[in-house]
Amino acid sequence: MALLSIQNLEVSFGLRDGPVKALQNINLELNRGDRVGIVGESGAGKSVLGFSILNLIAKPGFISNGKVLFEGEDLVHASQKRLRQIRGDRISMIFQDPMMTLNPVLTIGDQMVECLHAHKKISKKDAREVALQKLQLVQIPSPEKRLDQYPHELSGGMRQRIVIAIALIMDPDLIVADEPTTALDVTIQAEIMELLLNLCEQHNVALILVTHDLGVVAQVTERTVVMYAGRVIEQGPTDEIIKAPQHPYTQGLMNALPQNCLPGQLLNQIPGSMPNLQNIPQGCAFNPRCEFVKESCLKERPDLQSTATHDVACFKVHPERSELLSTGNGSDVKERA
Amino acid sequence: MKPVTQPLLEIKNLYQHFDLSGDFLDRLHFKNGRPALKEEKVHAINGVSFNVEKGESLCVVGESGCGKSTVARTVMGLLKPTQGEVRFAGERIDDLSVKDMRPYRKRMQMIFQNPYASLNPRMRIRETLEEPVRFHNPEWNEQQISDKVDEVMASVGIDPTWGVRYPHEFSGGQRQRISIARALAVDPEFIVADEPISALDVSIQAQVLNLMTEAQKARNLTYLFITHDLSVVEHFASRVVVMYLGTVCELATSKTLFQTPKHPYTRALLSAIPKLETKKPEFIRLTGEVPTPVNLPSGCVFHGRCPYANARCMEEIPKLTLQNDGSQVACHGIEEGRIPD
Ligand SMILES: Nc1ncnc2c1ncn2[C@@H]1O[C@H](COP(=O)(O)OP(=O)(O)OP(=O)(O)O)[C@@H](O)[C@H]1O
Ligand SMILES: Nc1ncnc2c1ncn2[C@@H]1O[C@H](COP(=O)(O)OP(=O)(O)OP(=O)(O)O)[C@@H](O)[C@H]1O
Ligand code: SF4
Ligand SMILES: [Mg+2]
Ligand SMILES: [Mg+2]
Repeated sequence: MALLSIQNLEVSFGLRDGPVKALQNINLELNRGDRVGIVGESGAGKSVLGFSILNLIAKPGFISNGKVLFEGEDLVHASQKRLRQIRGDRISMIFQDPMMTLNPVLTIGDQMVECLHAHKKISKKDAREVALQKLQLVQIPSPEKRLDQYPHELSGGMRQRIVIAIALIMDPDLIVADEPTTALDVTIQAEIMELLLNLCEQHNVALILVTHDLGVVAQVTERTVVMYAGRVIEQGPTDEIIKAPQHPYTQGLMNALPQNCLPGQLLNQIPGSMPNLQNIPQGCAFNPRCEFVKESCLKERPDLQSTATHDVACFKVHPERSELLSTGNGSDVKERA
Repeated sequence: MKPVTQPLLEIKNLYQHFDLSGDFLDRLHFKNGRPALKEEKVHAINGVSFNVEKGESLCVVGESGCGKSTVARTVMGLLKPTQGEVRFAGERIDDLSVKDMRPYRKRMQMIFQNPYASLNPRMRIRETLEEPVRFHNPEWNEQQISDKVDEVMASVGIDPTWGVRYPHEFSGGQRQRISIARALAVDPEFIVADEPISALDVSIQAQVLNLMTEAQKARNLTYLFITHDLSVVEHFASRVVVMYLGTVCELATSKTLFQTPKHPYTRALLSAIPKLETKKPEFIRLTGEVPTPVNLPSGCVFHGRCPYANARCMEEIPKLTLQNDGSQVACHGIEEGRIPD
């Protein structure tokens, strides 16, 4: 059985002008030790996806369809009590801002001990011992000293290490990390990412890493899911996605990276911007920005279809699908500005 | 070797210290039973010198808190330096009154990371763009002002008929284009851009960077460009200033810096950029804790994290020294030739 299986997940937000769908038709499966990256532009739905695993979507958002199965157990319909049990014990979350996890008025040691108490019977002394062990695991300098410090006494990089130590405290099977290093400097980011990668490898922990940094994804994950306007538009092995992206959006993203352009020349930009959820274009959501747009792209939405290596939702990659759908011969639509 | 033409901007031995000690009563404390005044200072910039040549794009890089924005704000006259000079086109500008600074405000413009900071949410964007044009060109009539605004809007790819809209009706990338338009509207020579693309997505970053490159060509602009994104620097910069804890540790052309970084900090920084090709991260690990600018380390500010630090590094502040390839490096280890290539 898969460790985590997300099936046909849909998340909606009840807004004043009616509900909008922030996620649609998301399918994702992770086994023990799998490391998956979720990438996409701001507003694509990456965080909503991460939060929905533990049903943590805040109102006016809610899971409007689909299943999240954790070792076969449906988390969408689980009680709050059960979700709290699973959270921290089996599934841990790491956020961009460490202060979303840390309590500013408790010492590091106290919050780690509290965490342990919430999940199992353990003496205060033993709990402190476990806490110290985890701090050593995340390679914090002088860990004993940290137990008695408050979050504000630590640097941002150190706080994020503590958050990782807390995430590891119950030996979880899955870590969901939402932009864990976005607020940190590159030298610190490199250290934290290496740490996270090693810990997942050594302890066979599965990782869902939400980020917009393709370089980070390349270094840490084995599989990548690319999201656009609330849907998965491409997924597959990370090195394939990086080396040979197939969806025009993923290709555009890779081409736009300064690393992939000649210094001094203009960058390869994608025109336009991602639509907001209230006015997603009909057909393929990427069609206003796509240089390969055809008639079928404006009418029908392409679904994720397998190629030899990845799954891609694009009529250019699966022309047979578009011919099936279009009544005409799929002639090129005039390119729009 | 002195360049033949005069640099557009010269920063000479700049210091910027912020006083944290508060008012008199906050500072009063007792030492050995006697009253004393406590002093606590942020040493945000400590002896920074560099020039920006006409027509170039000089990038300043470094980690959070190293003083990049403080340099930018001091250059723009938004902060008076604690010590040192800023010269623009040969004239000293750091000690000017608001009135005497006015002509320079037209020649030097600033773009911020958060376009909200420069766009008034309650003003239609046409009004936002007209304001500086009117202010700096008091002799112009309304038609001339309106034509100028049309021109800059078109040049940043925003339809001039959208001028009736408010900032919130635009996407992040469009808002940043509008703040670039606002900077361009007064026909400046020099633009200080403080992390102008850091808040934007990759596909939008490319649009805004291209816009800045095109504007530079079309208008013969000079940029002081601040960022922490090194892949952007490699692409965009003609020369690069690497800062650490309020000091310059290396200054080189972009090509030299990325091919042969010399300062131990520059090397660590470049090695930490996540690369698309490699699987496992391979980078230079820095030990020690990141110091704060409140308690500035003695000697080389990097010595606590540097793998090559020795006794001299802990005492003596290294000076920027010219290297064979034209770059400048402030490091005793490099000067003594004891750091391998
Ligand atoms: N509380 C909310 N109410 C209404 N809409 C919301 C709410 N939270 C998220 N959304 C919408 O859901 C969509 C997806 O948001 P999400 O936070 O998942 O994006 P993201 O991909 O994580 O972006 P970023 O890179 O900026 O973090 C966005 O369009 C957002 O506006
Ligand atoms: N007005 C101020 N009062 C006190 N300290 C300040 C002030 N402005 C800046 N500082 C401090 O000066 C140092 C340099 O800050 P600065 O904003 O220049 O850094 P930066 O390199 O721009 O960082 P970032 O990459 O985070 O923007 C920091 O330690 C900061 O906390
Ligand atoms: S001067 Fe010394 S401490 Fe500073 S970077 Fe060079 S070797 Fe390292
Ligand atoms: Mg997010
Ligand atoms: Mg700054």
